[in-house]
Amino acid sequence: MPTIYDIDTGGKAPALEARDLSVFYGSKVAVKEISLTIPANRVVALIGPSGCGKSTLLRCLNRMNDLVSGARVEGEVAFRGKNLYDTDVDPVEVRRRIGMVFQKPNPFPKSIYENTAFGPRINGFRGDLDSLVEQSLRQAALWDEVHDRLSDSAYALSGGQQQRLCIARTLAVKPEIVLMDEPASALDPIATQRIEELIYELKKEYTIIIVTHNMQQAARISDYTAFLYMGELIEYGPTESIFTNPREERTEAYVTGRFG
Amino acid sequence: MSQPTGAAGSEVFDPAALAHKRTRNLAEHVIGLLLFLCAAASTLITVGIVLVLLRETISFFSSVSLIDFLTDPQWTPLFQEKHFGILPLAAGSFMVAAGAAVVAVPTGLLTALFLSEYASERLRAFLKPTLEILAGIPTVVYGYFALTFVTPVLRALFPSTEVYNAAAASIVVGIMIIPTISSLSEDALRAVPSSLREGAYGLGATKLEVSTRVVLPAALSGVIAAFILGISRAIGETMAVTIAAGQMPNLTLNPLESIETMTAYIVQASLGDTPHGSIGYQTLFAVGMTLFLITLAMNIVSQLILSRFREAYQ
Repeated sequence: MPTIYDIDTGGKAPALEARDLSVFYGSKVAVKEISLTIPANRVVALIGPSGCGKSTLLRCLNRMNDLVSGARVEGEVAFRGKNLYDTDVDPVEVRRRIGMVFQKPNPFPKSIYENTAFGPRINGFRGDLDSLVEQSLRQAALWDEVHDRLSDSAYALSGGQQQRLCIARTLAVKPEIVLMDEPASALDPIATQRIEELIYELKKEYTIIIVTHNMQQAARISDYTAFLYMGELIEYGPTESIFTNPREERTEAYVTGRFG
Repeated sequence: MSQPTGAAGSEVFDPAALAHKRTRNLAEHVIGLLLFLCAAASTLITVGIVLVLLRETISFFSSVSLIDFLTDPQWTPLFQEKHFGILPLAAGSFMVAAGAAVVAVPTGLLTALFLSEYASERLRAFLKPTLEILAGIPTVVYGYFALTFVTPVLRALFPSTEVYNAAAASIVVGIMIIPTISSLSEDALRAVPSSLREGAYGLGATKLEVSTRVVLPAALSGVIAAFILGISRAIGETMAVTIAAGQMPNLTLNPLESIETMTAYIVQASLGDTPHGSIGYQTLFAVGMTLFLITLAMNIVSQLILSRFREAYQ
């Protein structure tokens, strides 16, 4: 059994709860019976060596794994008390509420404006699209850099700007939870720092679950950290405890850089 | 092979070991030359064909003015009263190509979308080769299919349909170019990085929205290039239109009438007893040149579009 510290949800309902969640690719087990409570308006980091299942776990939380052929999920993910894997749940509706930012910036080959407006447009947004685009770009700390060239191609932006555009694009759909899969791993240190500052700002309004292989990053930005190893949750608790006073030997070995 | 000399410094090193090996060099040169000759041959053949076309076309235009060629509404080079207007033939070719496009563009595009975005790997592995068999059917078979199946159906629907008509030819040429359009479009659609699809799914897009609002726009220039290549194949198509569309140069927009395409005229004139060097003989080359210029232009346009396509996404 994994070591799980008290997770303080601040009296609020948790944003997301995984219960005995397992993921199989064919006969291979990628995630083994993980149970995890994600408190609202916090940043939760998933860390662990390559292939430990952290990205797979993340992709289960908004049913992105449905798109991988041969992937099978057992267990539950509860969102506002509803199991996202119930048969009557439409994954499209899940992803509108639980957004995702990917490892490599993946803006669409469209203008900056159209990238940001894409989600609201497909979701039948009625209202002032211009102001929603502006608001989303401001939230992603990109507005000041692009407000005078919204019709330029998104590919005219730098990698870090593209990633912030992808964050703005996700925020424009007004999700409750944002999943981030190593969002800064393809970026330089300065762009990374901007993303980290942004995450710190965003947790006021959103719950953020971030996969990272950068332990300093997890320590800097997250409130809670889960350490995964070979598909299993080894230890989960307040980030400070995980990094300064881990109870599991393997966690200590990993966070001090002895393996991984 | 020389003896390996082992670790550096352990034995006396013979600098000659680094020298060129004569036989190896010779073989490299011979192979390089052979490959060059093969590449040169196809280029030279193309140049030769163009030169022959050009020579006969020039002598054609020494007796017929370019203005007449482009504006005369009649094409009767083999009759007593000769007219050399390319318009009826060009109109015939374009009508068949346009009709074929009406059949093949929607079908080919929807097939490509299905194969690339919707079909499972197993279904795709079965459907794609099946579709490509369409491209392997001899065109003469398509011609008789048009004449013996499509035309009777058309005549039942529209009694005014002539036995030889542009519509039947359009439909079978359309079927013929579906594999070209669907296969090249599918390549373009599948080349769109899956990260773009994931990005859209992550925003709550449905499969239809991902396909039509992200994948298709990103692949658009490749898809358009596929259309153009398919249509240029339709313009160049010969056998089916010769059999099914007729041999009656006819400046009309009615697809139910008998017409003649540029390619069908070339077949007709080259099968007949047109004396070598006569004006009738030279018309073959003038029409051939026109056809060549049209398909060349379409190929260049599609190449231009394709080269833009490479910059469409990262």
